[in-house]
Amino acid sequence: MIGKRMRGIWESTILAATLAGVGIGSAHAELRYNMPEGVSEISRNVHSLHMAMFWVCVAIGALVFGAMFYSIVRFRKSTGAQPAHFHENTAVELIWTAIPFAILVVMTIPAAGLLIKMDDTSQADLTIKITGYQWKWHYDYLDQDVSFFSALAQDSNAARQLGAQIDLKSVDHYLLNVDHPVVVPIGQKVRFLITSNDVIHAWWVPDLAVKKDAVPGYINEFWTRIDVPGIYRGQCAELCGRDHGFMPIVVEAKTPEDYAVWLEAQRAGKGTQTAMMNEPALAAAR
Amino acid sequence: MTDHALVHDDHEHGPDPRFFWRWLTTTNHKDLGALYLWLSLLMFLVGGMMALVIRAELFQPGMQLVRPEFFNQMTTMHALVMIFGGVMPAFVGLSNWLLPVMLGAPDMALPRINNWGFWILPFAFTLLISTLFMPGGAPAGGWTMYPPLVLQTGPAFPFLIFAVHLLGISSIMGGINVIATILNLRAPGMSLMKMPLFAWSWLITAFLIIAVMPVLAGAVTMLLTDKYFGTSFFNAAGGGDPVLFQHVFWFFGHPEVYILILPAFGIVSHIIPTFSRKPLFGHASMVYAMAAIAFLSFIVWAHHMFTVGLPLAGMLFFMFATMIIAVPTGVKVFNWTATMWRGSLSFETPMLFALGFVFMFTIGGFSGLMLAMAPVDFQYHDTYFVVAHFHYVLVPGAVYSIMAAVYFWLPKWTGHMYDERLGKLHFWLSTIGVNLTFFPMHFSGLAGMPRRIPDYALQFTTFNQISTVGAFMFGFSQLLFVYIVIKCVRGGQKATAQVWEGAEGLEWTLPSPPPYHSFTVPPVVH
Repeated sequence: MIGKRMRGIWESTILAATLAGVGIGSAHAELRYNMPEGVSEISRNVHSLHMAMFWVCVAIGALVFGAMFYSIVRFRKSTGAQPAHFHENTAVELIWTAIPFAILVVMTIPAAGLLIKMDDTSQADLTIKITGYQWKWHYDYLDQDVSFFSALAQDSNAARQLGAQIDLKSVDHYLLNVDHPVVVPIGQKVRFLITSNDVIHAWWVPDLAVKKDAVPGYINEFWTRIDVPGIYRGQCAELCGRDHGFMPIVVEAKTPEDYAVWLEAQRAGKGTQTAMMNEPALAAAR
Repeated sequence: MTDHALVHDDHEHGPDPRFFWRWLTTTNHKDLGALYLWLSLLMFLVGGMMALVIRAELFQPGMQLVRPEFFNQMTTMHALVMIFGGVMPAFVGLSNWLLPVMLGAPDMALPRINNWGFWILPFAFTLLISTLFMPGGAPAGGWTMYPPLVLQTGPAFPFLIFAVHLLGISSIMGGINVIATILNLRAPGMSLMKMPLFAWSWLITAFLIIAVMPVLAGAVTMLLTDKYFGTSFFNAAGGGDPVLFQHVFWFFGHPEVYILILPAFGIVSHIIPTFSRKPLFGHASMVYAMAAIAFLSFIVWAHHMFTVGLPLAGMLFFMFATMIIAVPTGVKVFNWTATMWRGSLSFETPMLFALGFVFMFTIGGFSGLMLAMAPVDFQYHDTYFVVAHFHYVLVPGAVYSIMAAVYFWLPKWTGHMYDERLGKLHFWLSTIGVNLTFFPMHFSGLAGMPRRIPDYALQFTTFNQISTVGAFMFGFSQLLFVYIVIKCVRGGQKATAQVWEGAEGLEWTLPSPPPYHSFTVPPVVH
């Protein structure tokens, strides 16, 4: 509790100091400056590990920078400091080799545990295949007969053109909105298979703490189990050419009931868009 | 050996009087050192202008100045020009200028190789930069040249590959020359463990260079044959593997980042003791730490690829190995701190840059430690957090060490003192600018901004504006550096041979500036 408040104070102090430095105020209410805790057990674990490592670094930094600042203030020639002549001390050198080593070993234990958990894609309730294209995503709900493309929303696309005279604040979630979000149920283990039709892309949604490369010729996998219904936004995270910055990801997490309704509507509705017929591998041959 | 050197006293001639001929044909280590350093300053400014194009476009959301494809050309060329043009030639230039005078040698061991190694570079950069004016523009697939994206490059592609080959050849020749010089031309009595740390850092760096530059050459040659000769090394449709390129590239690329920082460790290990008026703490452990870092740099490459779909065992191994690097790196930082402890410190410009190096390199080290943890790296990977990390180790890291070195040895090179007041001004402007530029990138990255994007969602605006203001401040501060250097070369207060009160080492026994052939009679080191 206290730790959490202290953390908040620290973060605000650092942020305020940064902002005060140039006198640019925040124009946007939803200014974020730290990794989100996210909406899955894994993403919360990732966030805690991130914060733990951050505080370890702060502690080591306080010691090292403290010693340096102390030397800079205390041992100045201008205030008559006389230099000592020591230049080695085996005991001290062994200690400051051993202690960081021990800290690292301690830090790798939770990291390894979490990594093993993240890597386990077994026993999924649902599998969705993602295919990266220059510059949009294709989602295929395996064995559900639902698939569609998901590209940057029209209004964002118009506003992002060079010289467009459109007020970006009037655009709904500028650059982070798509025409057709991928919908998943909450509380279920959703497994994603990911590949690419052309160059390498990467599918990243910060709130889910998942990022995986879409590599032509490979099928990678990852998973998530979302706790809270909502809309979670992300972007392509691997340079994939001209419009790399313009292929966002929107995940809509619904209750299983709403998800079932949505799935039915997809099947009954406009039918499925099928992926372009060329095989991923063939495109890579170009 | 002493007799041999005495017989050859006809080497006591000056440089060729014809300007063009002198600089083109020179085999003198000081001339070539100066050429390397001037070229790297020029490339630093060219690469910096590219960075400012990037920062100007990112000042606000929406596309205002350039098209996305040109933006990608700028990020790609900025990296290539800064790494291969800004930092590496600067370190090679420093090795040229300093190794003979530190080791008590008349010149580098392989003077003609030295000339060739330098004169390849202007051609390589002409080829590389000329691609900006080609149809389809310069390479835009990132300096990492990942296929299949890089294979979409237009007519610029073979120029990119050939330029990288030339840069690699030049680096290898520089590396061989450093090894030959250090192993053969040390003054009598200078055992390896008595050798100055700058020489040690370069000896290790040179081995890294000759180990990994051929790997890069191999990787880009395979790209070339994939594009033009129908091979399928990296083409999944032909049975190849796009991820193979990344493994080969980062097998070069990770030692490469230590090529860019080990000489900096050497430089700082000279400057901090000098201005602390106290011997370096842990000379031997500094050498062992650098050797350990160099060894580990070969077994951590896949930490650049945690999201590529590595097997679990692979991720665990590369995570552990990467975290271990923090131990020898920590030892170096602790040793520098212990050197200052109970010293008698003064804060001339080289010391300011060296201290700035230690502080800010350590910040980059901390973010590196965070990045090493694979499960959390999934959140950091390819975001501005990574951009903040590697710019902290490369700009206030490597670049600051180069500037510290220039201020430290400039009086020795030119025989004149630089303007101390302007030097300090340059340090403070740069330091404020560099932190305004790169510190907010930690925040924008954590908040979710991917790297290498020309436009961003509105919530990233504030941090990007701060970064852009800082970048212009840092960039224009470097014009002050150019002015200070030129002013010092042209004249100024006469420098003594010793220059700095606390300076130790053979180079300070020579007059400032040193004779054209440094030590024609080897000094004896006790």
